[in-house]
Amino acid sequence: MSPESQSDTASTVRLTVNEHPEEVRVSPRRTLLAVLREDLHLTGTKEGCGVGTCGACTVLVDGKSVLSCMMLAVQADGRAVETVEGLARDGTLDPLQQAFIEQDAFQCGFCTPGQIMALRGLLRRAPHASPEEIRHALDGNVCRCGAYLRIQAAALEVAKSAEARRNR
Amino acid sequence: MPRIIRQKIEFEGSIEERDVVIEGDDLPVWQATETFTVVGTPVTRVDGAERVGGRAHFTADLYPPGLLHGAVLRSPHAHARLARFDASAAERAPGVRLVLSAVNAPKIPWYNGKSWLFDTELRYAGDEVAVVVADTPAQARDALDLIEVEYEALPYVIDIDSALRADAVQVHAEGNVLGGPERYERGDVELGFREADVTVELRADTPDVLHHSMETHGSVAHWNGESLTIWDSTQHIFGVRRQVAGALKIPLDHVRVVSPFMGGGFGSKNGAGKYTIVAAIASRQLGRPVRLMFTRAEESQAAGKRPQSSQRIRIGAKRDGTLTAIDYWGASNLGAYRSIGSPLAGPIKELYACPNVRTEVLNVFTHIAPCAAFRAPGFVEGTVALDCAMELLADKLGTDPLALRRRNYADTDQVLGRGYSSKFLREAYDLAAKAAGWERRSPTPSAPVAGHGKRRGFGMASQIWGGAGSPPAYAEIRLNVDGTAEVRIGTQEIGTGAKTALTQIAAEVLGLPVGRVTVSLGDTDLPYSPLSAGSQTITSCGPAVRMAADEVRRHLLDTAASLLEAAPNDIRLEAGRLFVAGVPERGMTVAEVTGRMGNFTLMGRGFRGPNPEGVTIRTFGVQIAEVEVDLDTGEVTVLRVVACHDVGRVINPLVYASQIEGGVIQGLGMALREEHVTDIDSGTVMDLGFDSYAVPRSSMIPEIVSLAVDKPDPIANNLGAKGVGEPPIIPTPAAIANAVANAIGARVTSLPITPAKVLKALGRLQ
Repeated sequence: MSPESQSDTASTVRLTVNEHPEEVRVSPRRTLLAVLREDLHLTGTKEGCGVGTCGACTVLVDGKSVLSCMMLAVQADGRAVETVEGLARDGTLDPLQQAFIEQDAFQCGFCTPGQIMALRGLLRRAPHASPEEIRHALDGNVCRCGAYLRIQAAALEVAKSAEARRNR
Repeated sequence: MPRIIRQKIEFEGSIEERDVVIEGDDLPVWQATETFTVVGTPVTRVDGAERVGGRAHFTADLYPPGLLHGAVLRSPHAHARLARFDASAAERAPGVRLVLSAVNAPKIPWYNGKSWLFDTELRYAGDEVAVVVADTPAQARDALDLIEVEYEALPYVIDIDSALRADAVQVHAEGNVLGGPERYERGDVELGFREADVTVELRADTPDVLHHSMETHGSVAHWNGESLTIWDSTQHIFGVRRQVAGALKIPLDHVRVVSPFMGGGFGSKNGAGKYTIVAAIASRQLGRPVRLMFTRAEESQAAGKRPQSSQRIRIGAKRDGTLTAIDYWGASNLGAYRSIGSPLAGPIKELYACPNVRTEVLNVFTHIAPCAAFRAPGFVEGTVALDCAMELLADKLGTDPLALRRRNYADTDQVLGRGYSSKFLREAYDLAAKAAGWERRSPTPSAPVAGHGKRRGFGMASQIWGGAGSPPAYAEIRLNVDGTAEVRIGTQEIGTGAKTALTQIAAEVLGLPVGRVTVSLGDTDLPYSPLSAGSQTITSCGPAVRMAADEVRRHLLDTAASLLEAAPNDIRLEAGRLFVAGVPERGMTVAEVTGRMGNFTLMGRGFRGPNPEGVTIRTFGVQIAEVEVDLDTGEVTVLRVVACHDVGRVINPLVYASQIEGGVIQGLGMALREEHVTDIDSGTVMDLGFDSYAVPRSSMIPEIVSLAVDKPDPIANNLGAKGVGEPPIIPTPAAIANAVANAIGARVTSLPITPAKVLKALGRLQ
């Protein structure tokens, strides 16, 4: 028996995920995080706490960073969701991903997708974010290995290169 | 020819003798004079693209077809007996396949025979009562509420003081102190205090501190016929295999444990959990893969912790600062189960020169969740007592705290009465003091920062730790026809960068770029390696990889010699090219040589050689913290931490710095914020996640300067390297506590140093 068939109120949710249209049948209690991981097999988005306190599940919904464990899948109907798997283009990493590697901005890597998506959200809103904005923008994302300074440095590197491009 | 030798092996503060198989002679140690092209360079992580791309598959990410999900029912009582258990309603619930409990689960001994996989006596709030396995995670969780349990509540004991009372409730029949008090004494402590001109005394308390690894504890188990595969978030795949095979009474070769990526452990994932065994049993019974991952709340209740400590220390010294006596008492709250004690007294016995030392450590059982190893167990706590007392002594003597440490420099291991393989702590003191601007430190208390009611202070602490590594560890390398190399070693990459460092070692020996070398790990199908703990992964596995690569290199030179029509001794291998010495144009690339070999694969095997006899191998280091304290609010802000450690040769300075930062940040959390709270009246856990347990967050992280002495150890192992994982956490809380004391002129040695405690120390709060 599939989870969806148990509920009379299971509904169809249509959303785009990393620019692909998806259609899923979900019961109302399931989160966007669960549907991404269990139904769409996008396990890059992690569950760190399940209650909105660690940021590991951060994705972009209509371009804004969202905790996918705190959003019901039905709320994502008609929306555009971006996950860490969608960042690379034709096998080329996104500049933020590349900066993470160069700055050694992760250790175990479990929180990394959430950190990257939170920063993607910030940099989309504020492409030239200041060091202070970056430090505080990450306060919702726990990194228990303690790569914070390197995560900040990676984000700053990307923000600065955006700044440099603007000034050119 | 394999031979068995007896080795004294030091691991996380305790020494044991072990038989180890050695297959030949070790390679000579890479000495300081050698030059390298890959080793010692800041190579970025070889698995970086997988980790930043969301393509690193952790245990938590595995959803094999037909997967079933488990959820755990835990005791709400600190101590209780199961009076009635009825799972029939749960078993009838939608999607439920199985409910395992003491009623129907096989009786498997757990916690060294003190309990069972499912016990009817529950010894802490969070103890496992039953596991539901269902089609979906939600169904499993929902069904937990349908299990009917009646508990007979029993008397319990939560804290160290109560557990040590003569009339205390006994947690186990053997009593409440594991193995009785651990006592150590050298010299004559009473005489030492009589000879002292100055005596200081303090009490230090550290709380329960949680690991809170981002990937929670868990396993996915899947049987295929007689063979069991377990994906496990673990620091020790071979240990999990041994425990699972033993628990289920099946041969080792029927169990494969896989863990290519794992999301943090810090000591809490050193072996199989009950969840591992339960997933395996359920999978066998149901013929389907079963996933059992902890929730974040369970991570707070039942995943281990650094145990709360209570310590008292007294130090006597001459007027010139020479130590004459140390008297120490420490107790560690192990919780309900633990087979080894906390080595709290380790630094007290060995870090500073002192002829008269007496220590007593009590490892105390209580009815709270079992503790686990946590990054330098015992030594972090012990260093808080020791190094805070040292700075108190310096203040009382009116001497510089760094000068006091230099005066009491221990040139030899005073416990075993022998030398160190190497010790460059003086060099670390010099480098750190210079980088921190130690000369800016003013005597305690410092002057107020002009204009805004704040004071700044400097504090320091030293560290001593093992990190020698040891045999056994084995590696294999295959060189393919296209000149790429595959390293096969059954260690774990727990986030420390071990995979990258091992790649560098193989690439160095084989003269290949890093991109031509692949390391496979995290699978018991690969050669044995020890657990990734005790700062021993590189020091145990690295030498084996080097030896395996060396054998491949020799085969490669022989093969090239036959193609280049020269003697093997005359062949050189540099930057991926083999050539005749003195005639660089007579040569070919590695790929050209292997390309001539058809499908023949050059192979090499290596092992970790024995540790040198008669010496003690230690890492050393120092950290200096600069803090600002707000006298009105009591808030402490760490401005800067300078770390300098002697960990032998640094294989990768980039990854080294990451390890240092991570250790400093975890230590900073412990110093200022982290405290796992058990309600003394009910025995239940009050913090169930990151909302109520304050791990460090991005905006509170200070500048961290990561320095290394970077001198190879001349004999420790063939790399000249020592471990780096644990050293940076050890001195952090003590250094911060000392900086606060220097700033405000009052000492808080009860962690975490909260604003309330600071204000109390200042006499501004009752």
